[in-house]
This record gives sequence, structure tokens and C-alpha cells, in this order.
Amino acid sequence: MTTTTDPHQGQFRLSMLLYDSRYRSMTIQIVALIGFLMLIGWLLSNTAQNLADLGKEPGFSFMFEPAGYDINQRLLDYNSQDSHLRASLMGLLNTLLVAAMGCIAATVIGVIVGVLRLSPNWIVARLSAVYVEGFRNVPVLLWIVFIMAVLIETLPQPSAFRKGEASMSLWDTVAITNRGVYIPEPLFSRSLGDIHLLGSSALRFDVSLDLLALLAVLIAGILTSVLIKRRADVIQEATGERPRTWHLRVGAIVVPFILVLAVLGFYLGYPELKGFNFKGGTHLRNSLIALWLALSLYTGAFIAEIVRSGILAVSKGQTEAAGALGMRPNRTMSLVVLPQALRVIIPPLISNYLNLTKNSSLAIAVGYMDITGTLGGITMNQTGRELETVLLLMLVYLTISLTISAVMNWYNESVKLKER
Amino acid sequence: MSDMSYVRSEMLPERAPPASQIGFVGWIRANLFNGVGNSILTILSLIFLWYILSALLPWIFAPTWNSGSLNECREIFGADGGHGAACWGVIRERWVQLLFGFYPEAERWRPIVGFGLLFVALIPVLFNMISRRMNWVLLLAVLGLAGLYLGGALGIIAGLLLLGAAGFVGFKAFTTSKEDRAAEIESGAKRLPNPFIFSAIYPFIAPWLLWGGSIWLPVGAALGFVVGYFAYRFLAPVVGSLAGLIIAVLAALIWWLLLMAPMVDQLDALFTIGEGPGAENLLALEPVESRNFGGFMLSITIGVVAIACSLPIGVVLALGRQSDLLIVKALCVGFIEFIRGVPLITLLFVASTLLNIFLPPGTNFDIILRVLIMVTLFAAAYMAEVVRGGLAALPKGQYEAADALGLDYWKAQRLIIMPQALKISIPGIVSTFIGVFKDTVLVSIIGLLDPLGLSNAIRADQDWNGVVWELYGFIAFMFFVFCFSMSRYSMYLERRLRTDHS
Repeated sequence: MTTTTDPHQGQFRLSMLLYDSRYRSMTIQIVALIGFLMLIGWLLSNTAQNLADLGKEPGFSFMFEPAGYDINQRLLDYNSQDSHLRASLMGLLNTLLVAAMGCIAATVIGVIVGVLRLSPNWIVARLSAVYVEGFRNVPVLLWIVFIMAVLIETLPQPSAFRKGEASMSLWDTVAITNRGVYIPEPLFSRSLGDIHLLGSSALRFDVSLDLLALLAVLIAGILTSVLIKRRADVIQEATGERPRTWHLRVGAIVVPFILVLAVLGFYLGYPELKGFNFKGGTHLRNSLIALWLALSLYTGAFIAEIVRSGILAVSKGQTEAAGALGMRPNRTMSLVVLPQALRVIIPPLISNYLNLTKNSSLAIAVGYMDITGTLGGITMNQTGRELETVLLLMLVYLTISLTISAVMNWYNESVKLKER
Repeated sequence: MSDMSYVRSEMLPERAPPASQIGFVGWIRANLFNGVGNSILTILSLIFLWYILSALLPWIFAPTWNSGSLNECREIFGADGGHGAACWGVIRERWVQLLFGFYPEAERWRPIVGFGLLFVALIPVLFNMISRRMNWVLLLAVLGLAGLYLGGALGIIAGLLLLGAAGFVGFKAFTTSKEDRAAEIESGAKRLPNPFIFSAIYPFIAPWLLWGGSIWLPVGAALGFVVGYFAYRFLAPVVGSLAGLIIAVLAALIWWLLLMAPMVDQLDALFTIGEGPGAENLLALEPVESRNFGGFMLSITIGVVAIACSLPIGVVLALGRQSDLLIVKALCVGFIEFIRGVPLITLLFVASTLLNIFLPPGTNFDIILRVLIMVTLFAAAYMAEVVRGGLAALPKGQYEAADALGLDYWKAQRLIIMPQALKISIPGIVSTFIGVFKDTVLVSIIGLLDPLGLSNAIRADQDWNGVVWELYGFIAFMFFVFCFSMSRYSMYLERRLRTDHS
């Protein structure tokens, strides 16, 4: 983009800083840098002056003071005497929880709708198009607030269950009320107990040994299954015959898992109506459900378009070439079409996951206690530390975003067409 | 037996395809019932459609338009009326509020005129099929209607005059054919001024219409650009283009910061009748405070400003990100990645709580302006990435060809690179626009009364406590109309600008 001129003969003159392309870029950059630094300095000095006028000492020590507020939906134990730091941690975990749930649900919805939109069936394709356009063209915050309002206004109150006006669904295991959904919770009668990590610090957490045991057995089962597959591969290489292994592979995973469940005394704790409310079971609050549904339906519409364009991006010649090579349709799908379609699908898919995570900050509109609701909401209002809390909040989201985009860059690099 | 021929000597007449293969039946067989799986899908979706429509249609066509509260609706429908039918009374009672917020009733013509003029200003930018004269017809008609709406002897006379002018120009435009007009222009007939002039003036008119105040403020602001332009025009040949540009910017800044305020005061004093609190400024509109803004008017104001400002800023950021200058590039990358990495809501927190801390002590400017700044910066970062995608998609030969022609950087960008890069990125640009417009509802979280914020207030009203579907349905429908038409427009634009021959 730079134009090079012949080396200038003669003395250096001041005007060459502007009119000689050898020096001009340097001049512009230095001016830009000076301007930027002056802007930063100006903002900093203003901030310092204003904070001094307000009598606020900038600092993060408030994070270790007792928060004094309760968080109703949380993943770890927490009480109002814990510090703001622990409250923020609860919020961060809630953010990650709804983001993970949303990403999974949105992917499922998106893939189904995206494939249906390409269906030769006219009605199905139209219905999917209506879904996609309807959700993409209305703000996600509106969906969140709307679903929340519908949940509160149209679902039966717990008292309706007592009067017999409403009944529990799915063979009396799930209670859907306007205070949230109660689902059965997994319990262990011969539980191994928990280990408490990190003492009583703000980052303390408990690890359930039952869960660890189950995970260990599951991983061991999967590894065994992989080994069985490897052996089958070796036999196939040597003899040309592939032994039938699927029952062994499924059994290696399922049987030990069920055994461990039985040993631990696994049972489901069902929600029961006690007094004016349901007790027992896992309580999913309306705010979580509204946020989860709205985010997944909204992002699902975007993912559907991505999946559709990804499938359309693989040219028909590829499928036909695979057929000409004698591949069966499912092998064609898994070896030829999907790898190429995924290369197109995955980068925008991940950036949609990122958007979903950022959109989960709208939780504050329905009172779900995510990081924006705790750190950027109640903590900010209680301590009056707007500058520090907003900076921390931005830092948290920035870390999440940059991590995800680093993963995406790594992926892009690994699936890039190898040009030789 | 040798005369027995197996070869037909003449063509058979073409037979019509079987009835099951053509027309409606054929279409249904080909699209809905080809195969078992498809038939099942069709039947399932028909059942689904029936289920939805049988619930939705009676709900929509409920005769509740005149009800005054949710209870009245329930009375109309008996005990469970809240569920089977919509209660449209809430929309009848509150639609004005949903559109304008708490904007004073007497002044509502201003946003309406502003919105009408917005279309007039946008048309020459958006469409090229409307002729120059039709643009002026539209402008005159909108102004004339505004005059009639205002009423008063002056308003009606001005309105009628403007409408008459619109009719005259329109009549002439309709009666002369395109070829005749082209010939007239060829032979030196005077053309109407380019409608882009009005598009350029509009950004100064709109804030004056919405916020009111003295007319000399927007005039002064516009004069700053005129001052800069003339400074550049006359100084650039003397001192060189770069120095001319710097001087022009400085001149405009000096005008805005030092000279504009006294001029506005002087002119205001000149047009003010009377003294003290009873004084009346002839050329000023009643000022409206930002906290009275609300409803879709607020959404559209924020959306339009953010959209209009984010595109140029985004282009500059994208160029900065692609540039060879290391420091400039680092600054642009840092800005873009930072803004894209945080949710808009945190930026709005900055607008509502922190921006005043960052600025010199004592500055306290309007909340809508603060929100506008943050939303614009947010949109610009996304726009920059979209434009960068377009720049990256251009073949390298285009850059090299521009260099080979001896164009300098800005000329190459303006004449060769940008037109192509922007054309490639139209879908991305428009989807960013749609995203920005949708994101304007987030301002309800920091307490501005956009439609969503108003809906909370309406639902808190005793009369409408429990109204959900109608209210949110109405708001969602409005957003859908805006966003969907934007996306259709982008498809039209893509078709219009397509230059390949496939």
C-alpha cells in the first residue's frame, strides 16, 4: 500500500516528516500514539479528580467484605455472610451454567431446524423458515422477559396442586408451577460423602466422592470401549473380517456404571407438596428457565442458518464423487460431506456460543443471579464502587471471550486447507 | 410378411402428462407426499399448524378492542377469558405511549415529522429507482402535511402552498416522459438540486425537531462544516492537501468551541420578543427533556444514530486494522477486541454510571447522548470486523492494480477498494444494523423507557396487571416489521449491485 519514491538526495528538511513517505508513516504513528496517551492521561486525571471529589478511594478491598445479600439459585454453598468475591463467584458459575445449558440446547435446536429448512417437504421447510425469521428479528431481551412473564402468569400456583386444579406431569415426578419447575434429584443412600477443598476461603468448594466415582467408572468404561475398537481394527487389518463388538463396547460402559450406582444406593428424590410449596427435588427457578429457553431458541435460529449454509456450501460434486468411489451414503456423510461442512460451520458456531454467553448478561432483567446480577447489580449498588465493579465485570467477560476466540483460532488453524 | 414394419414412420402427437403429475395434485405429490417419511412429516406439521392456528386465530380476533381493563375483558369472555382471547384494550389505550413514551402531547407532531423526513432523507441513499423530482415531491408533501397537521392560519397556508408545489412538481414529473426530460436536460434545462442535499441537512434538523430549543444551534453546528470545507477549499492549493486538511479541521473546531456559542446567543437575542421569563423566541421549538423520550421513538432514535455513525467509524477502524502502521493497527485491534469481548450491557453501565466520572468534573450531559456514544462505539467495533472481512475477501490484484495506476492510498480506497469491499459485506453490514436496532431494547435495563421499559410500567398498572401476550406480541411484531424489512432490503441491494453475469 505504500508508494516508494527514489531515495531523496540532499539534506533532511522538516517538511519531509509530512511529505516523504519514508518518514510520514513514522510521523503519523507517533502523533497517534501521543494522542492516545494524552487521551488516556486526560481520562485518568479526570477520574482521579472526580473520585477524590466524591471521597472514594479506588481499590478492591471491598470484595472481601461480607456481601450481605442472598443468592437464591447457586451451585456451591453460600450465605449472606460470605464476601462479595464469593458472591461474584456464584454469579460467574451461574453465568457459565446457563451458557453451557444454552449452547447445548441451541445446538440441538439449530441443527434440527437447519436440516429441516433444507427438507424437500414444503410445509416443513416453510415452518422452519418462519421459526428462524421470527426469532432472529425480535430482540432476545424481549424473548427473555416475555417467556418469564408467560411462566409466571400462565402456570398454576403451588396451591392449585393442593386443590387438585393442577397435577404433576410425567407420572408424578415433575411439578411445573409458576414458581419454577421441580424435577427429581439424584440421591445416594450409601453416599461416600464430600471432600471440602480450600478450607473456608472465598473459593472453597465441595467435591462429591459419589460423582468422582461415577466419573472414574465412566471414563474407564469409555477407555475400555476404545481398546475394544482398536482390537477390532487390528483384526480387520489382519484378516479382513471385522468381529461384532458393539454389544461388548456398550456393555463395557453401561454395566460397571450401573453396578457402581447400585453399590452407592442410587435413588431419585421426588418433589412433594408440603405446606404452600414443593419440597425436595431440584428446583429450577423461572428466571433460569426463561433465560435458558429464550437464549437457546434465539441462538438456535442463528445456528440453524449457519448449519443450512454449511450444508449448502459442500458442492454436490463431492457427494457424487464419493458415490463414484463406491462409498455408501453414511460413509459419504461421515467421511466426505461432514468434514467439509464442519469447516464452514464451526467458526460462526463458536462465535454464536460467544454471543450467547454475552447475552446471558441480560439475566439481570429477570433477576437470575449471574455475574452481571451479583457483581454488576447488587454488589455495585451496595458498595457504590461503580468503577471497580464494572471494570471487574468487563474483565471477566473479556477473559471468557478471549479464551473462546483463542480456541477458535486454534481450531481454524488446525482445519485450514493444507495448501502445498 | 416383409411389409411388416417395426419402425414408426411418423411422430406420435405429444400427450399431456398424467393428471397426478401436474398442477396442484402434482405439486402436492412432489413436495409433500413423496415417500413415507415425508408424508408423516407433512401430516405431523399439518396437525401442528392446526393446533397453533385453532388457538391463535380466535385469540387474535377477540372483540376486546374497547375494553378498559383486564377485568372488563374477563367479563366479556366469562370466567377464563384471560386465556382464550386477547385483551386488545391495552394496545388501544397505550399504543400512543408505546410509540412516543411521555413526549408532550402538543409536541408529538415533531417526532412524526422527523420520522417522515427521515424517509425522505433516506430514499436517495437507499434506492436509485426514484427520480430526483419524485424525491422533491415527497419532501414537499411531508412538509405540507406537517403544516396542515400543525393547524393555525400560518400552518394551513404554508401546508397548502407546499402541497400545491408538490402537486405541481409531481404533475410535471408524471406528464413528461423520461426521454423527453433527458432531452430537456441535455439541451440545458435547469435541473432540481440533488436530493442528497436534504440528506446532508437532515442530521441537523432531526435533533432540533426532537429535542427542541433554538434553531440557531443546529445552524451553527452545520456552519462549522461549511467553515471547514471552505478553509480546505481555499487553503489546500496553497499549503498542500494534508496541511489544508489539518487547518480545516482546526478551523471547524475553533468555530464550534469558541465562536458558535456567542453567535447563537446573539441571534437568539435578535429573534426574542419580550423580556425575562415571558420572553418568546420566534425561531425556537419548545425544549423536550430526554427523560420524556420513550417508546419506539427512542428505539428508532438510538438505532438510526448508532447505525448512521457506526458505518464510517467502522470503516476507519477496519482500515486501521489492515494498515501497515504498527501502532495504529495495535490501537484499532485493541479497541475492536475489547468492545467485542464485553456485553453491551456493561457498556451501558459505563454510560449510565461511569462516563461522568471519566469526564472533567462538573460535566453532566444527557443520558440519551451518553447511551448513543456507547451504542455507536459498540456497533462500530462489530462493523469494523464486517468491513475487514470484505477487505480480506478482495483479490490481491485489486490492491496491486490500484498501486499500478499510481493512485495514492486514499484515492485507491475511495475509488477501487471500498466500493467493492462494502458491496461484498452488505449482508454482514445489514445484519449488524439489525443487531444494533434490536440491542436498543437493552436501554430499558438502565432505566430508559423504551417499549420494553414501558411494558413493565404498563403491567404494573392495576388495570392491566396480568397482560402478557398482547403487549409483548405487539412490541415483538413492531420489531419484527422493522428488522425483517431491513433484511429484505439487504437482499434487494445485493441483487441491485450484482455485477457478475451468473
